[in-house]
Amino acid sequence: MSMPFYVPPEQVMKDRAEFARKNIARGRPLVAGSFAGGILLCAENSSGILHKVSEIYDRIAFAGVGRYSEFDSLRIAGIRAADLKGYSYSREDVDARSLSNQYAQILNNVFTHEMKPMEVEILVAEVGAAPAQDEIFRIPYDGSVVDEPMFSALGGEAEAIAERLGSTWNVEADLATALRAAVAALIGTEDRTLGPAELEVAVLERSNGRRAFRRLEDDEVQSLLGQPAS
Amino acid sequence: MTFPLFSPGDDPGPSFAALLTRVGMDPPVPTHAVEGVTHGTTVVAVRYADGVLMAGDRRATSGNLIAHRAMEKVFPADRYSGVAIAGAAGPAMEMVKLFQLQLEHYEKVEGTHLSLEGKANQLAQMVRSHLPAAMQGMVVVPLFAGYDLRRGAGRLFQYDVTGGRYEETGFATTGSGSLHAGTVIKLGYREGLDRATVIDLAINALFQAADEDSATGGPDLVRGIYPTMATITIDGFTPLTEAEVAEHFRALVDRLSTPESTSTSGAAPTMGDDRS
Repeated sequence: MSMPFYVPPEQVMKDRAEFARKNIARGRPLVAGSFAGGILLCAENSSGILHKVSEIYDRIAFAGVGRYSEFDSLRIAGIRAADLKGYSYSREDVDARSLSNQYAQILNNVFTHEMKPMEVEILVAEVGAAPAQDEIFRIPYDGSVVDEPMFSALGGEAEAIAERLGSTWNVEADLATALRAAVAALIGTEDRTLGPAELEVAVLERSNGRRAFRRLEDDEVQSLLGQPAS
Repeated sequence: MTFPLFSPGDDPGPSFAALLTRVGMDPPVPTHAVEGVTHGTTVVAVRYADGVLMAGDRRATSGNLIAHRAMEKVFPADRYSGVAIAGAAGPAMEMVKLFQLQLEHYEKVEGTHLSLEGKANQLAQMVRSHLPAAMQGMVVVPLFAGYDLRRGAGRLFQYDVTGGRYEETGFATTGSGSLHAGTVIKLGYREGLDRATVIDLAINALFQAADEDSATGGPDLVRGIYPTMATITIDGFTPLTEAEVAEHFRALVDRLSTPESTSTSGAAPTMGDDRS
């Protein structure tokens, strides 16, 4: 029987974190933030079928970056958890905070116990009656939970994007202004443009009835981006 | 409640019912006959030019007693379909709740709607899996109708207690007053009726069913309780306002209470006058 080499725990954690962070940063980023009409979720995604942003429950949305198969299984688990909770208690009892904590438990468990951490960073957003009541939680690969006031950025160069959002984001803005701010933050200083074909945009609308989640089609994104600043 | 994360070989897929079974939350099957179950009664669905109209009376009975006067029996299943129920009220409401969740769960997990055919089959499976409870006296027989976006037409389905699924081209009725309601619709039905006509037809059907069947509730003018009605068209499932239903009912009552329609043939028979 061969003895495994001794590796100090600090080193194990560092290696895992390094592995996860490197692979997440390679993916394309996404941003989410509160605006007057709800919460905007805007991802760089050239696929129109493999979604990064999706609906979890009436007022709750999910977004993920990194390895698609991993965040998609987390997305489905979230829908199941939310639907089961709403079925056994009531629809009002399903909330983003408790869901985020469950996600954190899973990610933390995988990070410390499995061979390989999940190469994902996810976001859970719940729209409230006004921007002040919106909740946005960011949950990185290690299962920590970050309560983000107003906006959040995930994926490649998230820190730089969040910094740019910080200087332009306004929770009182309308949808067109918010979307342009989000796209400008994604582009940053690079010399490129992002059109509807490279974007995946969805909103949790305050006034959309029971199910707040709505995807924006390409032509709607185009017309919102094309409008002059108000 | 544990977080429902499954290994790929053990995954319940997009089915909420399968998920409930997997986490041990599926409802128990009764082992003995249950007496005195509250029953909901007559519901109808009729195709017309724009789609399908669904309507149901409001009465629930428990034996010879009226259990509820304002029960809802017509529900949206999702944006483009509706379900109407007759039979044991408790299991029927549970079936509707599960069916609504099943469709929404599928839509969220898969990112796309089920086809109308798929929805109708899902409901058939739910009725079939309810058979053991039906054998103990808790029969649930729903109607399902929807607007098929792929075909651009309204479609409707009726079921039997074993989960048999039958698509109807014109109309369908279920519940204790279904025989009378069905006859009225059969006599007045034509292909491509307009909205106002089909509402009048359904209202007349429910009125006549209530007239002949004690378990079907008629319009309650004192309390202002009228049948629930909804249209399912390309604009989705839209409930009719109470005011609109009340207006059609008043028109029917006015029509029925004209002198010609209340001739002596309907008056109480008199005793032979042998004292003159």
